[in-house]
Amino acid sequence: MTDPTGYTPRDWGSHPPYIYADYKSTPLRGPTRPLVPLKATLSELTGPVYGHETIGKLDADLTKNGAKNGEPLGERIIVTGRVMDERGRPVPNTLVEVWQANAAGRYIHKVDQHDAPLDPNFFGGGRCVTDSEGRYRFYTVKPGAYPWGNHPNAWRPNHIHFSLFGPSYLTRLVTQMYFPGDPLLALDPIFLGTPEKARDRLISKFSIDVTEPEFALGYVFDIVLRGATATPMES
Amino acid sequence: MAENFGQTPSQTVGPYFAYGLTPEQYGYPLKEIASGRLASEDAEGQRIRIEGKVYDGAGAAISDAMIEIWQADAKGRYAHPADPRGSNADFRGFGRFGTGTDPDNRFIFDTVKPGASGDGQAPHINVTVFMRGMLVHAFTRLYFSDEAAANAEDPVLSSVPADRRDTLIAQRQEGPGGVVYRFDIHMQGDAETVFFDA
Ligand SMILES: [Fe+3]
Repeated sequence: MTDPTGYTPRDWGSHPPYIYADYKSTPLRGPTRPLVPLKATLSELTGPVYGHETIGKLDADLTKNGAKNGEPLGERIIVTGRVMDERGRPVPNTLVEVWQANAAGRYIHKVDQHDAPLDPNFFGGGRCVTDSEGRYRFYTVKPGAYPWGNHPNAWRPNHIHFSLFGPSYLTRLVTQMYFPGDPLLALDPIFLGTPEKARDRLISKFSIDVTEPEFALGYVFDIVLRGATATPMES
Repeated sequence: MAENFGQTPSQTVGPYFAYGLTPEQYGYPLKEIASGRLASEDAEGQRIRIEGKVYDGAGAAISDAMIEIWQADAKGRYAHPADPRGSNADFRGFGRFGTGTDPDNRFIFDTVKPGASGDGQAPHINVTVFMRGMLVHAFTRLYFSDEAAANAEDPVLSSVPADRRDTLIAQRQEGPGGVVYRFDIHMQGDAETVFFDA
């Protein structure tokens, strides 16, 4: 018999802390008291289910879903990977939502005041649902780096924001995917807030196999959600 | 032993989630998967509104937080395969709302009051908090002020230090528009909300 809850705990050795002083918004926003342990009940073992019916035709193609009169500017890329549990078993039929800056490092968001151009043909938001093997795939353009107010001359590395549900309330994950070789990673307190041993998991890998000739560079970003303990239990 | 893959680390939702996760609420041209309105006209149950603010450690209401809620329907059933009873077809039970569109930075959910799920727990709603300045989301729970008897028996509420339990109780108010439960979330301070390691 396996553990009926099926979910491993949040691995605090892999996740950033709530309060990380170098990221200056955290000291007033993160909880300060110890979390109260909660043994999962039905309300945690269930969670929102959004399947393929949720997805519009162009939702996974960010090079097209914001196009008005042409193609977005920037370097076209493919971002793909597997969503899996800690044993490498696929998480099928789960919603993956993404949002990102355009190639110039500008978000379409109204409060983004970065003085870089908006792209009339790029929106920057999309979603898809993983297939039966847990795979997802987006077409987009490589997001630019952008400045932020954390400290003088602070710049966010190129990144794509990801949001996933997984099979239960417990598997919820919001994260960011980075690009290999980015010199800003070593200076970014959001990335560096992550425990060192787990940082590489946030960096996608360039793949010539995923790259489509004459069209777009390929990056692979696998995502591991909590779950599916294999611990045998005495009955 | 099977290979063990490490959990992908959490990162902050950042300040610019709105057009990706709550686009219609903020006026962006993308269909949203969830909103502050959980119950369609046809969903059975008592209509309620849940509203509140998210306060930072300086006591300021946060304007770029995103709240998600997950709940059972009026009969205590969840719309998920792990609940064999299943919810009624008109109620999915998931809501999502950013605090940046209301002039007072409230989150507002129009839903039905959940029923008890029959496992000894009081009616409750799971609440997840995301924001710029938080690298990992926080889990909490909302209970109802008019369920005192059930709350007293609730195993999760009972596991919380007695002097902090009231941070999880939404206060019922009857207004001209109907029943409103007020649920403020305090990230820090004397009234810091209880967050769970779920
Ligand atoms: Fe960003």
